Amino acid sequence: MRLISTIFLCGLVLAATPLALAQSGGLHLPRAVEAGRAFSIQSAGSGKAVLYIVGLGQVLRRDLQLGETTLFAPGEINNAGHYLAVLVGESSTESSAFDVTAAQPATLSFLAKPSRLPIDLHDGISGVVYVFDPLQNLVLASTPVSLQLGVAGAEQTRTAITHNGVAWVRMNSAAKEGSVQFVARVGEAISTRVIQQVPGDPCHLRMSARPLGERLVVETEPVRDCSGNSLPDGTVVTFTESYEGSASTVDVPLKHGIAQTDMPAYSGAKISVATGVFIGNEIRWGKER
Amino acid sequence: MNSGRILAIVIGTATVALIVVGTVWPVPSAAAMAGSGSNLLRASSSPQAAVETLANDIAQQAWGKAYSSLANKSEFTELEFVRDLTGTYPSLRTYATLDSFDSRPLHASVDEAQVQLKLRWSTVVGAFLDTRDLRVVRTGDRWAVAWPIVKEARVPPQVIPVNYLRWDVIYRGPEDDWGSQDVEAPHIRIVDMHPVDRSAGVVIMGELLNEDVVPAFVTVKATLLAKDGSAIATEDSFDKISHVLMPKQVTPFLIAFHDVALSEVDNVYMEPSATLIAASADPVIEIEDQRLSPPPGASLSGKLVNQSGQVVNVAHVLGTFYDKNGQVVWVADQYVDRSLLPQTPVAFAISLPADIAVKVSSERAIASTYSSGRFQ
Repeated sequence: MRLISTIFLCGLVLAATPLALAQSGGLHLPRAVEAGRAFSIQSAGSGKAVLYIVGLGQVLRRDLQLGETTLFAPGEINNAGHYLAVLVGESSTESSAFDVTAAQPATLSFLAKPSRLPIDLHDGISGVVYVFDPLQNLVLASTPVSLQLGVAGAEQTRTAITHNGVAWVRMNSAAKEGSVQFVARVGEAISTRVIQQVPGDPCHLRMSARPLGERLVVETEPVRDCSGNSLPDGTVVTFTESYEGSASTVDVPLKHGIAQTDMPAYSGAKISVATGVFIGNEIRWGKER
Repeated sequence: MNSGRILAIVIGTATVALIVVGTVWPVPSAAAMAGSGSNLLRASSSPQAAVETLANDIAQQAWGKAYSSLANKSEFTELEFVRDLTGTYPSLRTYATLDSFDSRPLHASVDEAQVQLKLRWSTVVGAFLDTRDLRVVRTGDRWAVAWPIVKEARVPPQVIPVNYLRWDVIYRGPEDDWGSQDVEAPHIRIVDMHPVDRSAGVVIMGELLNEDVVPAFVTVKATLLAKDGSAIATEDSFDKISHVLMPKQVTPFLIAFHDVALSEVDNVYMEPSATLIAASADPVIEIEDQRLSPPPGASLSGKLVNQSGQVVNVAHVLGTFYDKNGQVVWVADQYVDRSLLPQTPVAFAISLPADIAVKVSSERAIASTYSSGRFQ
């Protein structure tokens, strides 16, 4: 049944097209209609006719008296797009096209990536904003979008204009670690994402050792990146002790910014420290210290 | 037609003959595995027979029978004997089954003998070997084994304060709009990788770094590509890798391709992948006294010390071996069959091929752990 009606409507549209070119003066359509709003179509002539409004995924039908105005209530056409009005009379058919445009911006879809990145990265953050009206139509009209990244007093703000409903920017990550809000705003429509800016690679790794009974307590100073940010707790620091052809290793997570463990206290042992591929200082314990 | 009939008769006759031979003269360890060893094995009329009877009882988990046959049972209880074999705390031993055993006489006198017993235990992560040198003593007209009991250390009741550090993850939910970003996958990087031609095929080994600030579950997959760009084979590192990586932690990996020659390979496509997981930074495992023994029997041995307060049920040790240029030349691993109690050293030994061992200039060991009742 659906197929038959689709074939019928397609045939109707095709049949009407040449007439539309010749008789477009019989239908008086608004040039553009805002989605969801009420509108009317004025026809000329006399007698009975049927008016079809054909759009993407939607067809409306009205039986009417030619010469009268046909009203369409708010909410009858909610999808923005290109529509065709076809008027089928007793002796003739005519058609005309009109556009339904999106309403005012109401919601934003905001893609902010990545959600976590190292500090001090040029153009490391991308924000893409899609602007929609209350009926989820993409707003194709150029619209300024304000994008703000960071905390008050140290924020970066950009304004981007949408093209075909989309606006995008690239922004730098800050020099200081921490989670910041990335806010996109169009009028009253706001969308917020959280970007976690994390310390970069370690730049400072030093340890010290002290005896504790027959063991040796090795402990790092607070481990920082090149901007002075402390590496987060959980970062693994590897201590390696070499002594007369044997070695002891411990992978220790940072807790409260430092890594600490105990190892055998061999006089003359060489102790080194590393995190990832970054190597810290080295200690000779005991007689060769 | 005639030749087919003759072949059928020959195969049938050979099958019947092998069944008869296997039934009448079974391999002792096979008979033990079949559960009928006690009837078929010789009685404890010789030192080796006594050892094999004991091994048979162990295979059948007839603990009472095995314990009652021992010459030195007054030195320990049956429970201690069972715990020696199956572990006090849940470990690989607890769920292992005896796959096979070998006994080898070392020396013998009229009243006493030394026999080496090799027990090959089968577990879900592969087999492990438990070698015991047994003293066997004559009691009357029979021989009995004096079991060299290994009593697992007990940790005295105490409270060990642990400053726990763990990560929990809230993932994107179905109610979030399509623009909401999910939590970012951890960033990982292969810091070293190269293929090696071995007699069994091609081996790809290297190291992987978690360069992020969150824990990652990592895998590495490799595809060998031929000169025409077609894929020869795809494999992953399976358990020759530490799958859970803490921030800035490095794991070795080894991917084996069997029956492929390196000369057939034009390119290798590597696919490291990482998933953000909830994880704990504890327990911390110290790997003490690592020592590389030269061939023959080349191995990396050492001791694992659990520096945390919780019992580790299964520990997996991965050894990375480097040449004098610092390039990875081999990756080997071993599962430790006993649980790791707090501050109690447990020995391990990872064997490596003799031809590799002579190239090794330095090595590094890491341990990954599993504790039952702990959410990883």
